[in-house]
Amino acid sequence: MSEQCAIKKVTEITTEEVDRIKAWINTEEYKEKNLAREALVVNPAHACQPLGAQLVAHGFESTLPFVHGSQGCASYYRSSLNRHFREPAPAVSDAMTEDGAVFGGQNNLHEGLENAYALYKPKMIAVFTSCMPEVIGDDLNSYIQNARNEEIIPQDYPVPYANTPSFNGSHVQGYDPMLKSIVECLGGGKRVEGKNNGRLNLIPGFDTCTGNYREYKRIMKAFDIPCTMLADISETFDSPLTGTYHPFPGGTPLDETADVLNSQATIALQSYATKLTTKWMAQNTDAPVETLSMPIGVKKTDELLLKISELFDKPVPEELIAERGRVVDAMTDAHQYLHNKKFAIYGDPDWLLGMVSFLLEMGAKPYHILCSRSNKKFAKTLQALLDTSPYGADCNIWINKDLWHLRSLCATDPVDAMIGNCHGKFITRDLGIPLIRAGYPIIDRVNLHRYPTVGYQGTMNLLTWTVNTLLDQVDATCEDRNFEIMR
Amino acid sequence: MEETNKNNPLEGITKEKTQEIVEETLAIYPEKARAKRAPHMSANDPEDAGCAIRSNRKTVPGVMSARGCAYAGAKGVVWGPIRDMVHVSHGPIGCGYYSWGTRRNLVEGTMGVDVFSAMQFTSDFQEKDIVYGGDKKLEVLCREAKELFPLTKGISVLSECPVGLIGDDINAVAKKSAEELDIPVVPCNCEGFRGVSQSLGHHISNDTIRDHIIGTREFSEPIGKYDVAIIGDYNIGGDAWASKKVLEEMGLTVKAVWTGDGQIEHIAATHQVKLNLIHCYRSMNYMAKVMEEKYGIPWMEFNFFGPTKIAESLREIAAQFDEQIQENAEKVIAKYTAPMQRVIDEYRPRLEGKRLLIFVGGLRPRHTIGAYEDLGMKVVASGYEFAHNDDYERTYPELDKGTLVFDDASELELEKWVEEFRPDLVASGVKEKYVFQKAGIPFRQMHSWDYSGPYHAYDGFPIFARDMDMAINSPTWGLVKAPF
Repeated sequence: MSEQCAIKKVTEITTEEVDRIKAWINTEEYKEKNLAREALVVNPAHACQPLGAQLVAHGFESTLPFVHGSQGCASYYRSSLNRHFREPAPAVSDAMTEDGAVFGGQNNLHEGLENAYALYKPKMIAVFTSCMPEVIGDDLNSYIQNARNEEIIPQDYPVPYANTPSFNGSHVQGYDPMLKSIVECLGGGKRVEGKNNGRLNLIPGFDTCTGNYREYKRIMKAFDIPCTMLADISETFDSPLTGTYHPFPGGTPLDETADVLNSQATIALQSYATKLTTKWMAQNTDAPVETLSMPIGVKKTDELLLKISELFDKPVPEELIAERGRVVDAMTDAHQYLHNKKFAIYGDPDWLLGMVSFLLEMGAKPYHILCSRSNKKFAKTLQALLDTSPYGADCNIWINKDLWHLRSLCATDPVDAMIGNCHGKFITRDLGIPLIRAGYPIIDRVNLHRYPTVGYQGTMNLLTWTVNTLLDQVDATCEDRNFEIMR
Repeated sequence: MEETNKNNPLEGITKEKTQEIVEETLAIYPEKARAKRAPHMSANDPEDAGCAIRSNRKTVPGVMSARGCAYAGAKGVVWGPIRDMVHVSHGPIGCGYYSWGTRRNLVEGTMGVDVFSAMQFTSDFQEKDIVYGGDKKLEVLCREAKELFPLTKGISVLSECPVGLIGDDINAVAKKSAEELDIPVVPCNCEGFRGVSQSLGHHISNDTIRDHIIGTREFSEPIGKYDVAIIGDYNIGGDAWASKKVLEEMGLTVKAVWTGDGQIEHIAATHQVKLNLIHCYRSMNYMAKVMEEKYGIPWMEFNFFGPTKIAESLREIAAQFDEQIQENAEKVIAKYTAPMQRVIDEYRPRLEGKRLLIFVGGLRPRHTIGAYEDLGMKVVASGYEFAHNDDYERTYPELDKGTLVFDDASELELEKWVEEFRPDLVASGVKEKYVFQKAGIPFRQMHSWDYSGPYHAYDGFPIFARDMDMAINSPTWGLVKAPF
């Protein structure tokens, strides 16, 4: 009996307590405590390295992404991509379990390669790692070589591989080593002195908007310059419904990839997602290797077009010049709705640089800029961009912060709207700040990944969504007497 | 509705023919993989124990399995839905990120204030945490969680792979933090490399409830003779609310739900209820058995999919109580008979004779069969991602002789079976959804109810029926073939 008496009773949280805390989490005091967090991450805006690697693998012709690690990891990356694109994401794992921790993962890798090769008949298997083999220190290079020696896979069969530890960086950092490994595996040593195939290698970086890939292709077509777009996911994740399922519906052709070192030039459109790849390219070819910003907004798109024009000695096509004029027209028409409006934006470093540039062009303030995995160097680059415009004054850069931090920031120092992935919707719900969805993932709205956000056309889309979202907000929240037909 | 499977055999499906399909399916594999996969698929024969499916074995490396891991079973299924705790994905960023909000366990309350289950908490391990260990970080993290979320009723620490590999002692940290913060801090060693699927994560989580939670609270009001708990309802799309409503209408008092919209203190006091009602047997049978052994609480399984099974279950549940409850059960069944018949009258003509293939987890490959049959649909093949023998034993009698039963199917196997059986609907998960839709096959995600629901109980069936109808009969299917 006495023991039973000691047992506590079930208690219920009172509405007074809820109301008190609900008010408290919107205060300056709470913000300070929240920003002082050292260990706990709440509602982050970044995923792990292997996701980036898998995205790359999906971007090559008949290529099977292969996760060396626990099977649950592969299921997570796949379902994450499934939900964002509403498309299949075929990938396998070698299903490492406890015994792998003791003996290493070679047996799993070999059995996995044997089965994957036989079952799916891919032209390439792109291997990348999840946590387990990274912690125990599996040696992919020798495991794969052993697989060739034991005739599990043919000697010359391409099996690029990347170490993508989830406990370092984010999906952005996982993109690069996988891409580098693929171009090196297919194109390494294939530089032919004096050869120029007249192509541009274009590297979009970690970009989960299939519309952007199509937009780049359209731009290149307008220039009439053949383009090898590396890790081209536009067909993989936006394939037609015809009644027949194709596991590998598109991707960069492997023979084009094999010739990357003989291209006329290379342009990477995200600096943080492509460092290793561009470095390797620069070391292995004399052709120019340029890294530009993601072409979001007019100026960054201008930079891209000028660079292409310069590298290929071709004028910017008339149709793109006309397009530029149209988007500038649209921006001017709409400037009054964005001028001096404050935005909170969150996402990957390269995307943020593009978005900031676009907002500054509109006279809007990128007021809270949050990157949940980056460094001081990025903060400096971003500050330099802000310093180019009076609308960048007093804007705040938040590095290695998460969306729970952003909630505090928006509660105490509000903005007019947010731009970022769907996870920001909790802030919208709590604080009434509208969200324009862009980035990864978007799993609560349809089709946005099909609409470009880069180039002049993408800028037009962003402008349209942003302005109309703000106007929807006015219509939904204004007093009756201010409700008007015209806006 | 009364017709049983066996009185209504499926045309064109025989044990021999299905066995042939199995042989053809296995032929796609290299020798070693073929030997491994062979015992995992068979033509059903409820009268012949020989058709027993092998299950709960390692996934074959290099095939496209749909399975998740122990962490997924712990976070996504058992712990994650408990609304008033901070659930920490302990380790690198990804696991928590990918499982964030994707199981649709709805909760009552104010997010970030008194409920937290739609949020993502992680220790976001960096290289230094791998090298030096993450225990110190975890200790600080628990303190921060309590400070910033003062109404939290507890913290669960759900380990990801590296934690178990680097030898961290989360148990010691949890014990210390629980004392310091005066809330339960539950260490759950559900690293993804443990076991062969989500299933071990369920088991490990049940064990942590046994070791840290059950019996640590008592209900503040006196225990009534009609007090029950729902075990294994995760409130996907509001399922548990629908289930609870029916049970309460028949006069029972639902004291706790494990774990959908769950409250940890109610779960802790569940050892006081009179009967445990189990919906998802696979993920929660362990604790039902513990409560039976330790506290003498009987448990029974029930099935709240479709009016036939709901009525059967209500009568079986009522039989555990007195005449009053039995009378109430009949009244509840009578009350819903007409509205359910209207649903059937509306949808059955459009779904009659339609065939489906089911491949999900937990209880659904057997429990949803009755609901489909209420609509005139027939299951031609059914399989589980992570079942055990006792799940299959419960499944054979629900299926026609000659239908296909399978375990941990790979995507290629599913493609082959869809090609052979030509079902009108595939009921599976998000990884399979777009594969089959590309092939022109109507599909419903039956883990997440495809962002719909509830599907449980009388509130759920009209939605279930509507959803199956719209999947199969959407006019968009008529556009697939181009006229040129």
